[in-house]
Amino acid sequence: MRSIISFVLLLIITWGISLSLDRIPFGESKTHVGDYYIEKGREETGASNVVTSVVVNYRGFDTLGEVTVLFVAAIGLSAVLYTRRKKQKGEVEPASLVLTTGCRFLFPLILLFGAYIFIHGHLTPGGGFQGGAIIASAFLLVYMGCRGRRISETGSKTVESLSGLIFLVVGLIGLAVGGRYFLFNFLPKGELNSLFSAGIIPIIYIAIGCKVGSELGGIIDRLVEESG
Amino acid sequence: MILIVGALILLMLAAAIAALFFKDLINAVIASCMVSLIAAILFYLLQAPDVAMAEASIGAALVSAIFIIAIRRTQRNEE
Amino acid sequence: MTFLQDYAYYIGAFGLVFIGLFTMLVKRNLIKVIIGLSILETGVNLFLISVGYISKGTAPIFSKTGLKAERMVDPVPQALVLTAIVIGVAVLALALSLAVRLYHHYGVLDLRKIKEQRW
Repeated sequence: MRSIISFVLLLIITWGISLSLDRIPFGESKTHVGDYYIEKGREETGASNVVTSVVVNYRGFDTLGEVTVLFVAAIGLSAVLYTRRKKQKGEVEPASLVLTTGCRFLFPLILLFGAYIFIHGHLTPGGGFQGGAIIASAFLLVYMGCRGRRISETGSKTVESLSGLIFLVVGLIGLAVGGRYFLFNFLPKGELNSLFSAGIIPIIYIAIGCKVGSELGGIIDRLVEESG
Repeated sequence: MILIVGALILLMLAAAIAALFFKDLINAVIASCMVSLIAAILFYLLQAPDVAMAEASIGAALVSAIFIIAIRRTQRNEE
Repeated sequence: MTFLQDYAYYIGAFGLVFIGLFTMLVKRNLIKVIIGLSILETGVNLFLISVGYISKGTAPIFSKTGLKAERMVDPVPQALVLTAIVIGVAVLALALSLAVRLYHHYGVLDLRKIKEQRW
């Protein structure tokens, strides 16, 4: 009975939405703000990747809000799943030698790949969030492959707090030096398509990459605990 | 070209319907992971490489891993 | 036939939203409801990116020195969807932690049995 009512209700909603689909034609230019960002983005920020300059420079305050939402979710998860960590080892049988050696060999290579993605965020597709997710995947591999190894809790919390503070301090320095608004791009722009260019954008993306990587690693560490 | 896009969209909708009807929860999570992967391919075909990389690494890898760890701590079958 | 050809991406995105909403309304197991939420968010992100597409356009990155600026896809919806994907992951992680805690307390994950419990 409930499924029939929901099906009819959703059909009515879908028919109502599809009545207005011809106001948004597929494949035609609809706004003017995007044209301004593409034309003026290269000389105002110095980054080759226009999406990066929109995310960090033109809409940098929204990125600060997103980092805050992720932080609140990680804290909420740690508060809900709080158990006292029993220090006993239990009867954990170790995995085979091939598996543990393979995981330990792959771990620094995946970390290097993730670091490459968020350092070159203003030149190639990529950025802080993608690189941070790949670093968290490296930690997931170690948790699944070699059982019984954990990342140190104080180390990951220190990295996470310091990266968040670096983001805020860079924004406040921009406000103090430039004088016009928060997250003002005050470092020299450099030349196009080189690594040390685009002002404060690489610094902010390195901070975001470290923060997101250690945060998602902490979420996985809190969920995997063997005391359940 | 339009045939490839149409086939991918039909495969994505079939995987979503399969995630609705599976009784074993691990099978439903694998079907929703397939929906995320085909969405990442469609993001690349719509000329958005940043979003395709984010969806593939965050949506397909980490969300499925978090789901499987949570299912391991609760029950595995639906009823 | 040309209607299907023009609006194929819109039909796919709204189909995903439909299936996700149907799963959230009908199913009883809490983890099935959270899987429906994940499918719903993927559908909404696909719709946002397909609105910003310009036909015969290319990706908005100036990787080579001779690229012209007229033939590029809109970059603003891509920045918004990047934020939306990360916030979706945060919501899913918190929802799953609450589901694990509910199972620990009540012993079942069926929504009707949880609603009937008395304090």
